[in-house]
Amino acid sequence: MDQLQALLTDVLREGIGAKTAAIAIVIIGLNVHFGYTGLLNMGQAGFMLLGGYGFAISVAHDIPFVVAILIGFALATVFAMIIGFSALTLRGDYLAIVTIAAAEVIKILGNSERFKSLTGGSLGFPSKKYDPAFLNLSFFPHYKTWQILSFNYADVSTSAGFRIFGWLVVLALAVGLVLAGMKLASGTRKILVMVGLGVVLLLAALFMFPLTELSTGDSKVGDHVASSTGWWVVFVGWVLAAICTGIVYLLTRSPWGRMLKGIREDEDAIRSLGKNVFAVKLQALIIGGCFGALGGMVYALSLGAIKADDQARPMTFLCYTALLIGGAATLLGPIIGPVLYFFGQWTIEGIVRFYVPDSFLSDQQAEPTAYVVMGTVLMLLVIFRPQGIFGDKRELRFHV
Amino acid sequence: MVGAIVVAFVGLLCALSTAPPAHAADDETCTQTLESACIQGTLLVRQGKQKNLPISGATVVLTTPSGDEQTTESDSDGKWHFNVTEEGTYKVSLDESTLPSGMSVEGKNEVSLPIKFGTISANSASFSINASGYNPNQKDKTAEVMQGIYNGIVFGLLLALASIGVSLIYGTTGMSNFAHGEQVTLGGVLGYWFCNVGLPGIGTIGLLPAGILVVLVCAGIGWLQDRLIWQPLRRRGLGLIQLMIVSIGLSLALLFFYQLMLSTDTKQVSKKTVTPHYIFGDKVAWTSLSLTAALISIAIIAAIGFALMRTRLGRATRAVSDNPALAMASGIDTDHVIRMVWTVALALAGLSGLLYALVIQNGITALTGSQILLLLFAAVTLGGLGTAFGALVGSMVIGMIASVVPTLGVPDDLKYATAMLLMILMLLFRPQGLLGKAQRVG
Repeated sequence: MDQLQALLTDVLREGIGAKTAAIAIVIIGLNVHFGYTGLLNMGQAGFMLLGGYGFAISVAHDIPFVVAILIGFALATVFAMIIGFSALTLRGDYLAIVTIAAAEVIKILGNSERFKSLTGGSLGFPSKKYDPAFLNLSFFPHYKTWQILSFNYADVSTSAGFRIFGWLVVLALAVGLVLAGMKLASGTRKILVMVGLGVVLLLAALFMFPLTELSTGDSKVGDHVASSTGWWVVFVGWVLAAICTGIVYLLTRSPWGRMLKGIREDEDAIRSLGKNVFAVKLQALIIGGCFGALGGMVYALSLGAIKADDQARPMTFLCYTALLIGGAATLLGPIIGPVLYFFGQWTIEGIVRFYVPDSFLSDQQAEPTAYVVMGTVLMLLVIFRPQGIFGDKRELRFHV
Repeated sequence: MVGAIVVAFVGLLCALSTAPPAHAADDETCTQTLESACIQGTLLVRQGKQKNLPISGATVVLTTPSGDEQTTESDSDGKWHFNVTEEGTYKVSLDESTLPSGMSVEGKNEVSLPIKFGTISANSASFSINASGYNPNQKDKTAEVMQGIYNGIVFGLLLALASIGVSLIYGTTGMSNFAHGEQVTLGGVLGYWFCNVGLPGIGTIGLLPAGILVVLVCAGIGWLQDRLIWQPLRRRGLGLIQLMIVSIGLSLALLFFYQLMLSTDTKQVSKKTVTPHYIFGDKVAWTSLSLTAALISIAIIAAIGFALMRTRLGRATRAVSDNPALAMASGIDTDHVIRMVWTVALALAGLSGLLYALVIQNGITALTGSQILLLLFAAVTLGGLGTAFGALVGSMVIGMIASVVPTLGVPDDLKYATAMLLMILMLLFRPQGLLGKAQRVG
């Protein structure tokens, strides 16, 4: 019972953690590419890596925080332009191959011994070089722990029956959220219902699985600030994700956003209206890439180091899986998708760790097992429910 | 840094009829008579506690008293000699550019030797050579490049085996198969399994039957994969992008399934040590295994080429590549053609993986295929998407780049990046690929 409680608490911590927020921002960018414009960008991890490196290395060289963020965006923009000029005038699958190769080049360069003094090579760029600047910005109390909901199940009853009842309520709310997302017709009403249900679900989950973390994440280990796993980075991550969602909402309602969808449905029709399709695609690639870079920065802040190997092809594929779970070309899909993805991944890993005998699957095999399941989920999703939870099937007529 | 100097012992031996040279049999041309003398020496590098290593192939320059220049090269033992027939003061120097990279002459690069016939004298002079940047394991540049070219040909052929499959699948179905790398891994993994773990009831089998079995099993998997996954999806009318994402899901699932099974170890398929043979002097090492792999690849690629050009199925395949709707309308069973393409493509990928594990990497890891996948895509794009012969040319180019570039000074860990950058650059200037037909896009 307590083991299950601990497992589910971990799942919740990961599911709403800063890493999930970072991936959500990356996926918001991918959604601009893939969902709205129909660009098959297989190198979103490359944008992440460039954003992360650009920001972290700049901060480590005492460049002001805001300028460091801009440097990350600039790198992503240049990267998008290189990709765009070589592949955007060609058929869609060329873009897939060029982006996947370009992202691999970035990964190889990040790992290379040649640039070790800059990037840290395959050992990674340690977070203690860029964390302090970020933690100094925190207006949360320093060196204190904080539980978001001070009122939780332990204040009512710790009996097994009550806890199981609580878990079932949380599960029912989650299922209700997913069902509502699938059934309701898209529109403002749906978004309001989803957001409302989401908040209730979050509160119920925090009530059943209380999370205690450092408020700013600046626990001192030795003489340096160790890591930023506190609420501050979680808060910043989700606020940024919300802002990005807002930006995408405004973009897609603009004439420019309608042009994106037009390019996705029928490029030639847009061209016949006298629009410069190449320019619009390039703009979409740059904007989505900058979201990717921003996500990369948050991702860097939520980890102990920037490692190029962490942000390789499996990362891009993870983003696609999560996006397709949530639903491409939807506003909330990029938020709900990664949350559900990480819930799923951590639940599978936890089950393998705690409940599957080691003789069958050892602890080291927990992560690959989760990925095997996730790869299969990706296949099944695309085949049986390509629109994901929130999506509209009519929005998926891609034109390669 | 190892403090090292090279000492060149320049010995002058004049005519000595009573004392024949100790190694008269080797030294055929250097005669010492009353009318001639021999200037000779040995170039040795003394490095730390290692024994003296001879410097071969360095050019020694001799300036005669009349001002003429003669040159000779030190042999594999570091020995060199000049036969002189004129008395006077000779000058001996070393041509620095012919020293192995990392070595240079320190101080005065010239030794004067007065020669007088008929006197018994032995002069020795030494050059001091700075060998701090010299790595004795390093072969000379041309040998490295030549070895790189040989490796590049073998690697390119193995890549071609797999990339022709990618290209055929792309040509007939329009889909880039992202799971192809994992099929390459599968060949190596099955090879390891047959040769080392053994089949239930039969035990381990030899390399040749294992190879045949790998190809058959992979072909069967190709047939099944099309029957169970790709054909039903085509029938459902799933879009190309969706098909590609399905293949990505498949590649993820397979990749991590291999990791589950193998963890991250390298599994050696064959534990036999192969002795290298040398050609072109000692410049290029080849093994019977790598040569066999290359010949098998050539034979199979030739057979595929012949089949595509001359057989009924091959012509049908090209027709489907060209225009599926028209091919279907003219009575070609496109589903059958595509089934065959999947079967052949995955069989070739499996063979390629097995040979790769034997010849290139000396083993297979779960990640092998996913590392190769991008090279396959680069090769196919370079040659022109969907053209089988373009895939061959592209693979040779990519294989060559990946093998030769490290010998030209690019760090080894950047060799794949170089190949991919080349592909991206080529799309800027020649988007249809090397052999593709230019067509209006966008």
